[in-house]
Amino acid sequence: MSETRYTKDHEWIRIEGEEGVMGITSYAADQLGDVVFVELPEVGKSFKQGDEMAVVESVKAASEVYAPVSGEIVAVNDALDGEPGKVNEAPDADGWFVKIKIADKGELEGLMDEAAYKAHVE
Amino acid sequence: MADQPLHRTPLFDLHVELGAKMVPFAGYEMPVQFEGVMGEHNHTREKAGLFDVSHMGQARVTGEAGALEALITADLSALETGQQKYTLLLNDEGGIMDDLMVSRPEEDFLFLVVNAAVKGQDFAHMRDRFGRRAELIELDDRALLALQGPMAKDVMTELCPQANGMTFMTAGRFDMAGHDVFISRSGYTGEDGFEISVSAAEADALARKLLADERVAPIGLGARDSLRLEAGLCLYGHDMDETTTPVEAGLTWAVAKSRRERADFPGARRILKQIEDKPEKNRVGLALKDRAPAREGTEIHHEGEPVGVVTSGGFGPTVGGPIAMGYVRTDLAVPGTSVDLMVRGKAREAEVVKTPFSAHRFFRGS
Repeated sequence: MSETRYTKDHEWIRIEGEEGVMGITSYAADQLGDVVFVELPEVGKSFKQGDEMAVVESVKAASEVYAPVSGEIVAVNDALDGEPGKVNEAPDADGWFVKIKIADKGELEGLMDEAAYKAHVE
Repeated sequence: MADQPLHRTPLFDLHVELGAKMVPFAGYEMPVQFEGVMGEHNHTREKAGLFDVSHMGQARVTGEAGALEALITADLSALETGQQKYTLLLNDEGGIMDDLMVSRPEEDFLFLVVNAAVKGQDFAHMRDRFGRRAELIELDDRALLALQGPMAKDVMTELCPQANGMTFMTAGRFDMAGHDVFISRSGYTGEDGFEISVSAAEADALARKLLADERVAPIGLGARDSLRLEAGLCLYGHDMDETTTPVEAGLTWAVAKSRRERADFPGARRILKQIEDKPEKNRVGLALKDRAPAREGTEIHHEGEPVGVVTSGGFGPTVGGPIAMGYVRTDLAVPGTSVDLMVRGKAREAEVVKTPFSAHRFFRGS
């Protein structure tokens, strides 16, 4: 069973054992509009929870994406390079950003579950 | 400034009804997008887009045209009834206070359209310098709609067929579906199109008539910006301001030849010298090699040295990639020159290119 957690800045992280796959929520993708470029970190780079980790560019503006938990990047979604529109089409599936090796699972406790996130964006 | 309540245009209720996302812009609550910037941009390039530009300043000037001419770069004695010119309001040093449209829709007055953010200071400056020679009446009881795109003329065929007899940069007074309007054949998208000045009281009704045509969609400020950027058109306060001259901004063409010969516009000595000797910096178009957009404020480097700054930048939906405009050292303002745009500390390669990025499709006559 995988579990998904959400940040107040509209990132999601799906926990898969010691790792987490993360992206931005469909709410965030809708707010941004048409995504035209995603700047992803390099594999091997480490971030602290809340660090600026990636940048999403829409036609309108650039927006920062923050690390939902501390950890090391173990994979990035290279497909976004050619098809940034995947972030709009399937933000919680093909539009994923990076896979992180979670440093401290305790940090997940501070994130929202789906019901709490739903309430947050309403 | 921040505490002042925002103004609303006569189309505010219509925007909200159409589901617009409203944002503050130049003191007004304006629609930044309806369905989405990319779709609205493409709709305007393919069909016809309707823009609310009622936040812009409209004014009527009567009296001696020379009083206005002394402040701008156009030759108003050559502006015949029915003609329109793009011109620049200059300070005494030749810095650009605003860019504006001046037309003579009817014989006895001049009609001005200026930028929203500076309309108060523009009109105050004009009144101050006019003295008793001319009178400026601000038309704040009028809305301004822009209908832009290759199908704009077909929409006009239904609502105001006489307007299709106009060519690019002409203006006149028309009866449009029962409304008394001033129309010019111009715009800010690079497409053929019209700008329609209508009384505030009738603006909503006229906009609804335009939107009833299935070829017409409402377009927000987001797409207005990407359209004008692709068309290589300057945005005041970004691509030029009082610290730039017409020569630096690549707008020497807007300084009428007769005015150059007479050397009688503000800052003429400095500007004529710049035309002769070339200025230190020039506005250029920039095409990025990869996909990362470079926004306003991005530093431009050449061989590791800072040589300028991006003043407008984003993604061009029609171009299909990131584009920008900015100022670089004049020796580098040559198409084909390779520069680096420092996006978030990373050098992104770009090439100096001619503008427009997307070819203009103005109607200059058949």
